[in-house]
Amino acid sequence: MNNLLKGALLGCTIAASASVYADTVINGAGATFPYPVYAKWAEQYNKETGVKLNYQAIGSGGGIKQIIAKTVDFGASDAPLDKEKLDKEGLVQFPAVMGSIVAVVNLPGIKAGELKLTGELLADIYLGKVKSWDDKAIAELNSGVKLPHTPIYTVHRSDGSGTTYNFTDYLARVSSDWKSKVGVDKEVAWPQEAHQLGGKGNAGVANFVKRTKGSIGYVEYAYAKTNDLAYTQMKNKDGKFVMPTMEAFQAAAANADWANAPGFKLILNDQPGAASWPMTAATFILMHKSQANENTAKEVLKFFEWSYANGDALASQLEYVPMPDNVVKMVETMWHSDIKTAGGKAVY
Amino acid sequence: MTAISLRALPWQGDDLFRRACLTSAGLISVLMFAILLSLCIGAWPALEKFGVGFFFSSEWNPVTKEFGAANALYGTLVSSVIAVFLALPVGLGIAIFLSELCPVWLSRPLSIAIELLAAVPSIIYGMWGLFVFAPWFSEGFQVWAGEHLSELPIIGQLFSGPPMGVGLLTSGIILAFMILPILTSLIKEALSTVPKVLREATYGIGATQFEVIIKVLLPAIKGPIFGALILALGRALGETMAITFVIGGAQSIESSLFMPATSISATIAEQFNEATGDMHISALIGLGLVLFMITFIVMGTARVLLRRKAQ
Repeated sequence: MNNLLKGALLGCTIAASASVYADTVINGAGATFPYPVYAKWAEQYNKETGVKLNYQAIGSGGGIKQIIAKTVDFGASDAPLDKEKLDKEGLVQFPAVMGSIVAVVNLPGIKAGELKLTGELLADIYLGKVKSWDDKAIAELNSGVKLPHTPIYTVHRSDGSGTTYNFTDYLARVSSDWKSKVGVDKEVAWPQEAHQLGGKGNAGVANFVKRTKGSIGYVEYAYAKTNDLAYTQMKNKDGKFVMPTMEAFQAAAANADWANAPGFKLILNDQPGAASWPMTAATFILMHKSQANENTAKEVLKFFEWSYANGDALASQLEYVPMPDNVVKMVETMWHSDIKTAGGKAVY
Repeated sequence: MTAISLRALPWQGDDLFRRACLTSAGLISVLMFAILLSLCIGAWPALEKFGVGFFFSSEWNPVTKEFGAANALYGTLVSSVIAVFLALPVGLGIAIFLSELCPVWLSRPLSIAIELLAAVPSIIYGMWGLFVFAPWFSEGFQVWAGEHLSELPIIGQLFSGPPMGVGLLTSGIILAFMILPILTSLIKEALSTVPKVLREATYGIGATQFEVIIKVLLPAIKGPIFGALILALGRALGETMAITFVIGGAQSIESSLFMPATSISATIAEQFNEATGDMHISALIGLGLVLFMITFIVMGTARVLLRRKAQ
């Protein structure tokens, strides 16, 4: 009993002392994909400034709803919103960090980086048009690789996700068939012609690919790396086969035309450049244009300013791709011109 | 002490207590009605757009915003029915063993073990199913079934298909584990209600233990067994986490039990977070309404059957 009382008292003391430090709290909610890096940034930022970031990874859909309802200071979404939607809700949008998607396969004897695929072929596999690993279309690209005569099992995400959004967007860009038959969304009607299987989360897809011989899946690069999955080379827009590396991801981001993307709505798939990885995606932050509480808005922007300037190493450790400096400059200019207090004063 | 102080008060303690209980009971009905109402309101846009077709269409396409509940409904019903079929013989065996054959010293630990099975969180069943059971099932059973069973007439179709380890049958088996405790305890309870004289009289006329169980006890509890089955079915229908892991997450209806499918609860759990379109959300709430109605019907049927037997 006595111990219990002591414990309770100690708890109260800790809570009290914590509240002294945490006088400034920023609230955000949304996408799960960038959660690890936001959490890491927040931890470091808290150490340096004492400002606490409270981020709830409730999913992009939830993030959009919460920011529209103004229950959080910023929202986060993997799929960028259209300019019209942003204007309608009085929001601004900017990219925070990038990630990339790789195709992974489970074929006996084939190691990471050995198999070569093109976007059209990937689409045909997921459409169920190419059904066997020794199909002519795959063999042509991979002379010298021994391909088994086994059926292809396509693994996809069973839960709605930004990863699926970006993956299907890539397929739609390179395959008109995919565009007309399936389309782009966070969850799509996967073609029944393929032997399809859905896993929950990146971990679920990684697990199914790891276990099912003859399977192919798509995951964020970090998952392929930590799970030791055999990722493939991909042919990029310039016709070159590239390996998924940090340099290739950064090349894609650097070659993207951010300056001409209204509301920063830019998907980094299939970007030009000989070294560009074709499946790269940014994740976005949403804020209101008109800020009732100037101080909180300032704190949010200061956090992202700090992250752009000091968060690169932390992001790279977690296999995220930091935003290039020229994009950061554009974002910060937009902050100054678009985010205002109720009285029309620039917040940043 | 309390009684005395209550009695000393000017108003009636009894009356207050009765009212408090009545409020609690009323709250449940209000809550239930409120849930049903909010489901209906939430599902209305989808029901209005797709009409009755919502229940029968197997189209589930967030891109074109066409939604139908048939895939999920099929997966839910089939996996639950498989679970009940698999769990019934085992549950019956355990219940008979516990109440009729088991030595006294073993009966308590065994009962506790079964109760513990009910206490395991469903996510544990899901992860165990995905990481331990599914790989074994794929190589230990599905490959064999593909070679030996898939050629059989009629039922062969059920066992053909790629040995992926997850799918309808796997979900049914995992669900069977999960409903075993409730099934066992309900049957055991029913067995204990059979009057002792009935057993003694049957032994008295020279029946063996086997004959007593098969010819007297089981016919006597036929109704309660059926009721227990339906209650267990109700439990299986709504199960979410475990099924989400092992059903394979594919919006399709296939004749093979090895193929991945989806269930109502799994679809809601997987898609609700990232559903952005209004129609998508409404369709998911519509699925919830369908599940609510099925569970309601199933539970209602069970109560009616159990009551009829009790009279």
